[in-house]
Amino acid sequence: MKKDIILAGVGGQGILSIASVIGVAAVNIGLHLKQAEVHGMSQRGGDVQSHLRLSDKIIYSDLIPFGKADMIISVEPMESLRYLPYLSPDGWIITNDKPFVNIPNYPEQENVMKELSARQHNIAIDADKIAKESGSLRSANMVILGASSPFLDIDYGKLEEAIKIIFGRKGDSVVNVNLKAMKAGRGIAEKKI
Amino acid sequence: MQRLVLLGDEAIAQAAIDAGISGIYAYPGTPSTEITEYVQHSKEAKEKGIRASWSTNEKTAMEAALGMSYAGKRSMVCMKHVGLNVAADPFVNSAITGANGGMIVVAADDPSMHSSQNEQDSRVLGKFAMIPILEPANQQEAYDMVHYGFEISEKYKIPVMLRITTRLAHSRAGVTRKDAKGQNELSLPKNLTQFVLLPAIARRQYKDLLKNQDNFRKEAETSGFNHYYEGKDKKLGIIASGLGYNYLMENYGENGCPHPVLKICQYPMPLNLLKKISDECEELLLLEEGAPMIEELLRGILDNGGKIKGRLDGTVPRDGELNPNIAARALGLTDTRGDDIPSLVVPRPPSLCAGCPHIDSYLDLNAVLAEYTPGRVFADIGCYTLGALPPYNSVNSCVDMGASITMAKGASEAGLTPAVAVIGDSTFTHSGITGLLDCVNDNAHVTIFILDNATTGMTGGQTSSAYGRIEDICKGVGVEEDHIHVINPMKRYHEENMKLIQKELSYDGVSVIIPRRECIQTIGKKGKDKTGGERPK
Repeated sequence: MKKDIILAGVGGQGILSIASVIGVAAVNIGLHLKQAEVHGMSQRGGDVQSHLRLSDKIIYSDLIPFGKADMIISVEPMESLRYLPYLSPDGWIITNDKPFVNIPNYPEQENVMKELSARQHNIAIDADKIAKESGSLRSANMVILGASSPFLDIDYGKLEEAIKIIFGRKGDSVVNVNLKAMKAGRGIAEKKI
Repeated sequence: MQRLVLLGDEAIAQAAIDAGISGIYAYPGTPSTEITEYVQHSKEAKEKGIRASWSTNEKTAMEAALGMSYAGKRSMVCMKHVGLNVAADPFVNSAITGANGGMIVVAADDPSMHSSQNEQDSRVLGKFAMIPILEPANQQEAYDMVHYGFEISEKYKIPVMLRITTRLAHSRAGVTRKDAKGQNELSLPKNLTQFVLLPAIARRQYKDLLKNQDNFRKEAETSGFNHYYEGKDKKLGIIASGLGYNYLMENYGENGCPHPVLKICQYPMPLNLLKKISDECEELLLLEEGAPMIEELLRGILDNGGKIKGRLDGTVPRDGELNPNIAARALGLTDTRGDDIPSLVVPRPPSLCAGCPHIDSYLDLNAVLAEYTPGRVFADIGCYTLGALPPYNSVNSCVDMGASITMAKGASEAGLTPAVAVIGDSTFTHSGITGLLDCVNDNAHVTIFILDNATTGMTGGQTSSAYGRIEDICKGVGVEEDHIHVINPMKRYHEENMKLIQKELSYDGVSVIIPRRECIQTIGKKGKDKTGGERPK
């Protein structure tokens, strides 16, 4: 088993929480893991990415080679396209379709969506809306995680356990909102596959 | 033993706790910050009484760590690569004083300059100081090397450098812990003049350091961190240091590399292994994360070896960090790449946060400076360096910690008046105070903005040594009280602030203006503004 995942978004959108949940679940089933993050200057409203690598064999590089990623999981649509050079020919893009506009020259959303739908394997969902319906806009990242869960080769129950471990300190209501958001995301993805 | 998933930085911190340090000293700097933060937040470290609060700068941190070593206890000091320049004086001299209790200097390099102003390779400075250098290739090695580093530091009475780079510092992987050791007892050096670098003593100590080089090299040949992997295809031999080894092996995976590979993770370099690979192979390829340090040494100044490939002949790019694809191309393997980035994707550069006090400071300053010719604002290292970008385009320099004040002084003395310096509160106490004293002594015509957001913002909101004492420091240094002003960087005070700035710019002497409002990020975390300023609406 090998999953190389690029996580993408804008600083502050919570891609590292997605990485943590998948990471904890992976380690708990005995997989090797490497996860490279971006800290420092680029966090300030800039584009951020994380390389998450899971395997049942030893992992050497902290970075995923170009053209070898199995998935791009993105919390922002334009950001999902930024990492196409990493995606393997049969890789999947799972992304939020809600733009995060903090630059004056953000492209037309329609054109971004056109580029996305030109890719053979993509799932684009309005994670912000689904997150709001699940109880908190801040859980949009968990909606996206849910939408990517059918592709992860990790038992769904293990992801739920990981959410309980990671958010447990913040109380039951935070755990439940995140569980609900992840489930909603999964449901939508399953319909789209 | 317990297995944890840790960032490279965290693995170093956990190892330091387990190896029995009594103190860790540091000034925040990407990618080194999380080492000290981990110790600060560790319950275990608290229970063991390990001191871990921030130092004012890397030099004070290095000296305090050396003092702890003098007293016989284990100490660690951490910094980013450019921080090692700030600490270079005590660093280089600590090789001559030597250590008493074990001492590790962690230098975190940032090849490709993800969050830095240069990409210098700290191995070069470690070699310059002639101390042992450890360069882990993964998180487990980082953990193990801290334990080993303290052992050889005490065995040879020498500070040891642990050199890491961004991708190790900020990447997570599984790490297995070793048994935790207790701390050393207080015990002074046997020779109480060991740390007195008077010429007569320093000459003797320096000879000892030179003599020890053979011992350090023997360690590098026997510790196991440098390793020779046999390979059948001897047309090419590969020397890979640190993360370079990972990028090499990523290309071969389980099948293993068909060529002999020398993995170098400890310096001074293992001559026996270098000789072996050089004798056995027709050509050598160097994969180094950072400067071509090993490559330059192997080539020599006349470069007449003729069979070495690396960064200096273009086989590997001369600058920037390595990755698996660069290694593939250097090896002549098939390169891979997905689709190109669609042309509609535009850059999303880092920017000042919405509600950031620096935005208002720059809008105030820009409005006043509109009357003057451009090019007179000297800035410094911190979030406010982003004022160099549109839409502000406010600043004209960013060189090193503290350079804003002193560069403004030099420019004003060349005739550029008014000259303006922009420096953050934490950067001011790091390296700005001495420059301010120079300004006062020469009565330089400079207007110095000390942007006080009550934190060290860029690195994630660490405590600022300047907190609550900036005016007193300025007064103490000799700035006239009438020319020290605190302003509130808020839109509603724009006119008022402009008038004050205008007045101070025309004053032929040293003025300090302190725009004071807490960082929008740390306010969010703590829920109140500890500068006493207003919260933005």
